[in-house]
Amino acid sequence: MKNAKKISLLLILAALMVFSAACGGTSNTADPGTNGSSNTDTNGTATEKLSGSLVISGSSAMQPLVAAAAEEFMAKNPDVDVQVNAGGSGTGLSQVAEGSVDIGNSDVFAEEKEGIPADELVDHKVAVVGMAAAVNPNVGINDISKEDLIKVFTGEITNWKDLGGKDQKIVLVNRPDSSGTRATFVKYALDDKTPAEGVTEDSSNTVKKIISETEGAIGYLAFSYFTDDSVTPLSVDGVEPTDENVQKGKFPIWAYQHSYTKGEPNALAKAFIDYMMSDEIQTTLVKDQGYIPGSKMEVERDAQGNMK
Amino acid sequence: MEKSVPAKERLIKSKNSRMNGEARGRMLVTASALIMIFATVAITIFLGSKGLQTFTKNGISPIEFITSTKWDPTNAESPLYGAFPFIFGSFAVTFLSALVAAPLGIGGAIFMTEIAPSWGRKVLQPVIELLVGIPSVVYGFIGLSVLVPFIRENVGGLGFSLLTGTIVLSIMILPTVTSIATDAMASLPTALREGSLALGATRWQTIRKVLIPAASPTLLTAVVLGMARAFGEALAVQMVIGNVRTLPSSIIDASATLTTIITLNMGHTTYGSIENNTLWSMGLLLLIMSFAFILVIRYLSARRKI
Repeated sequence: MKNAKKISLLLILAALMVFSAACGGTSNTADPGTNGSSNTDTNGTATEKLSGSLVISGSSAMQPLVAAAAEEFMAKNPDVDVQVNAGGSGTGLSQVAEGSVDIGNSDVFAEEKEGIPADELVDHKVAVVGMAAAVNPNVGINDISKEDLIKVFTGEITNWKDLGGKDQKIVLVNRPDSSGTRATFVKYALDDKTPAEGVTEDSSNTVKKIISETEGAIGYLAFSYFTDDSVTPLSVDGVEPTDENVQKGKFPIWAYQHSYTKGEPNALAKAFIDYMMSDEIQTTLVKDQGYIPGSKMEVERDAQGNMK
Repeated sequence: MEKSVPAKERLIKSKNSRMNGEARGRMLVTASALIMIFATVAITIFLGSKGLQTFTKNGISPIEFITSTKWDPTNAESPLYGAFPFIFGSFAVTFLSALVAAPLGIGGAIFMTEIAPSWGRKVLQPVIELLVGIPSVVYGFIGLSVLVPFIRENVGGLGFSLLTGTIVLSIMILPTVTSIATDAMASLPTALREGSLALGATRWQTIRKVLIPAASPTLLTAVVLGMARAFGEALAVQMVIGNVRTLPSSIIDASATLTTIITLNMGHTTYGSIENNTLWSMGLLLLIMSFAFILVIRYLSARRKI
């Protein structure tokens, strides 16, 4: 009887502890990477013994790439545990700034987000993503001037026949206000003009589905979604949306994929980021997933969008 | 064996063990209750403190937040935080879906209890249980793949509309309404039916004039519970409603609700930013509304006579 009482007490205590742990949430994952041990060495892909765990969170667009890289990284370093969560760029930046994850992924510069101490974060540009306006194949155009593109998205032009296409009403497909894809598109394709109202969806797959099924629809997608004929990517001023044109700086709509660390990364995080930036990943995974390797870029951009 | 222990001790021992069991059981259930209360209070306090920051720290007027129709939080020069279109959207889909689901659910309940209690229940009960089990993302996906093109081609507009959201939500809240309404009808005393029939009323007269009025408080509770679920549903609605920031001018216009704006934007915003805080304020609004729904249900249950 005494035993049973003790067990029940234990159970209740355990339940309370689980509960309070769940409430405390982030506190016990404060710095899981500090137990990562390695010889301090700039060559992260070398065979020195790495161990420990790494928590990464942030941009859902980057999640597949980073998760795939993490898998290969773990295969090479069996003692390492890398966890990649997706929660959105804002979540990634917030969590890395407060120290609850080791790396925060973002598809916008930290400077562009409110409430993030950008000077405390170190930016690692792991890849570049190109984006283009995409239309339903039936609207009958595949090239648009930047001026007209702005007019389409601000609602000045409402029918495709004004642009030499079919007599179809233009249907806008937007992203949520705070989305990184939207921010990039508004900044570099629309010159900071606010898009008119339209259907708003978050997931790129849903956006693609809507554009391909709705007559007269236009939206914007990353290059990696132009895998079939269900949507038509638009050239801007005659410049085709291709990797080469982005690399040469001819096609303007692109953004970096950032991995942020708080201060200089610890040994394990550094090894992982170096691995992400190594030719091994940049020429295989990055390309396979539809991104443009950062190392191939002939132009650079700062947080204000100035080209270098 | 038993005889070797004196009765006095046996009694004391049995009393002891009974007391132990009592205390243990009492402790277990008290702990469960305390954890539940703690969780609810903690969520309320957290949501309250987060949601009020928009007004206290960021200085946005609560009146503007609730009544203004202009929502443009990312505009660098003059961001606008008017959540009225989303509040309106939430109420619109909630009431419209209740309008569809209430007659259907109550009708089904009457069919199950009064018209065909034997086979009606056997067929309808599993159907309803199945409807409960379908995850909301599946409802949303079916809505997006089937209903949206159907509305676009047969009714007009883009397909993404209040109407589509209403239809999806009606199906989602139908099981809630039906099962509670069925319990309400089934729990009516048989004497009511027999009395009415004995007075010469037909079956339909009995249902309409006696049974429905007698069960009405619980039937209303069923509808309000369904509305509470509709109000809080996010995923399925987000996939079919279009999520635009303007007020809809007709039922086939795209719209947005509080929940869809929260799920669309939460991941992209940074903690502590105004955008993030306004999303918490919307969450607080949802919580206040669900308290209101609970109050309505309490009021209705208090009126229950039978």
